[in-house]
Amino acid sequence: MEIFAQQIVNGLVLGSIYALVALGYTMVYGILGLINFAHGDITMIGALVSLTVIQLLAAAGVPAPVILVLAGGSAVLVCAILGLSIERIAYRPLRRAPRLAPLITAIGVSILLQYSAALIWGKQYISLPEIIEPAQFTIFGAQLTSLQAAIFLLACTIMAGLLWFIKASRMGRAMRATEQNPDVAGLMGVNTNTVIAFTFVLGSAIGAIAGLMVVLYYGLGHYFMGFMLGLKAFTAAVLGGIGNVGGAVLGGLLLGIIESLAAGYIGDLTGGVLGSNYRDIFAFLVLVLVLVLRPSGLLGQPGGERA
Amino acid sequence: MLTVHKLEVAYGGIKAVKGIDLTVGRGEVVALIGANGAGKSSTLKALSGLLKPSAGRIDYDGAEITGKPAYHLVRRGLAMVPEGRGVFPRLTVVENLAMGAYIHDDKAAITRDFDRAYTLFPRLAERRAQPAGTLSGGEQQMLAMARALMCRPRLLLLDEPSMGLAPLMVQKIFETVRAVAAEGVTMLLVEQNAKLALETCDRGYVMESGVIVLADNAKTLLSSPQVRQAYLGE
Repeated sequence: MEIFAQQIVNGLVLGSIYALVALGYTMVYGILGLINFAHGDITMIGALVSLTVIQLLAAAGVPAPVILVLAGGSAVLVCAILGLSIERIAYRPLRRAPRLAPLITAIGVSILLQYSAALIWGKQYISLPEIIEPAQFTIFGAQLTSLQAAIFLLACTIMAGLLWFIKASRMGRAMRATEQNPDVAGLMGVNTNTVIAFTFVLGSAIGAIAGLMVVLYYGLGHYFMGFMLGLKAFTAAVLGGIGNVGGAVLGGLLLGIIESLAAGYIGDLTGGVLGSNYRDIFAFLVLVLVLVLRPSGLLGQPGGERA
Repeated sequence: MLTVHKLEVAYGGIKAVKGIDLTVGRGEVVALIGANGAGKSSTLKALSGLLKPSAGRIDYDGAEITGKPAYHLVRRGLAMVPEGRGVFPRLTVVENLAMGAYIHDDKAAITRDFDRAYTLFPRLAERRAQPAGTLSGGEQQMLAMARALMCRPRLLLLDEPSMGLAPLMVQKIFETVRAVAAEGVTMLLVEQNAKLALETCDRGYVMESGVIVLADNAKTLLSSPQVRQAYLGE
């Protein structure tokens, strides 16, 4: 029972990070019908930018809270500009092209980002300097650090804010209208190019925060880290119903919990043959099961191509 | 108010509109009739900025607007009710109407626009919290018209408002067209239902295979043997 509670807590924290990244996939898919495979790598750039900022400022003796705010701020800024440029340079010229063209372009952008990062940061793992000493406390028999709690609360705040923004703001309504019928949105006075660019900026900025969280959570960064994170977040988006913002949140949290529970019990279940390092299997097992059993995802509308 | 000169619209290499001239004067209600595939909708799409014309010139309100995007034109008072209604299916009725008011930010006036929409179509008021995709075809057409009126158009383009509707609903929609015209909104109406369109309008153009073959006032067209034979089934 203690393992169970512990894995649920771990899963929620991890899942909230997946959910943030999944939002970037699902928002772009909703509005363009494009799986932006470069999104995981944008998150990686956010992670590495924040690592560098943390290293520089920690060496200069800046207080930890200031470091964290500046690291997050720089990551958001860099990723927002990156997202905006990628949309403008790589995807917009292909807006009216067959669907396969932008998809392959997305994979190309992903590789470009990975190896640009390898050039800038090198191929070795970069570790996080010790700037914070999280307090430990116990909740329902599970150990939780103040860092984990902070990550989870911040992620939930961002998600709630985003859901509210899409539901209630003028821009959010324009995003939904563009998603449902871009031509008619144009007739209403919406500059759909601006809305699409804004969607990329928003998704990338949220991805940047997720990147910072991953760095703080694992204490490591690497030029290839966006690949696995991106695949899992994509799985989370599909699990929730790709294109559905609430679904991305649900899918992310669920995937985090499934993965943590599996990691906690896999050793016992297989008599010690498989260890918790096999946890990644479960994310993709989930992806396969969803694609077979309910391709439209938990909250997607069955049957619709847009789902 | 609207002057179209030698307008051409092409899809790939195929010309749908082959150099038409057309004018709509301030306060006029003008019909553009013709058979399926005559190029009526393509003309309207070019006028509203949804399609870039391949040749020709469009002047609106004293300035050239050829090739200007739709989101720019609606700010200048040129709105369109698109073919097939084009409601946002997963937005509620209220949200659809609010999209019509997207270009405005004067709260008090927008509230008055909402009231006017609900007075014109009480049915929409009853269904205001429903997603537009759950409305009937006629209700969706009402919503599309009400939404376009929320833009406060000075020139309203209507693309096939009677398409796929029951006769009673068609009557209701055309009553609204007349009511809106009576408010002084200039209109250009594309219709396959030639009789109803000509009865509602001041003047009419008849389009065939991308060119305008007849242009006259509506009464004359209604009694012209050519129109009666080709479009009124006599």
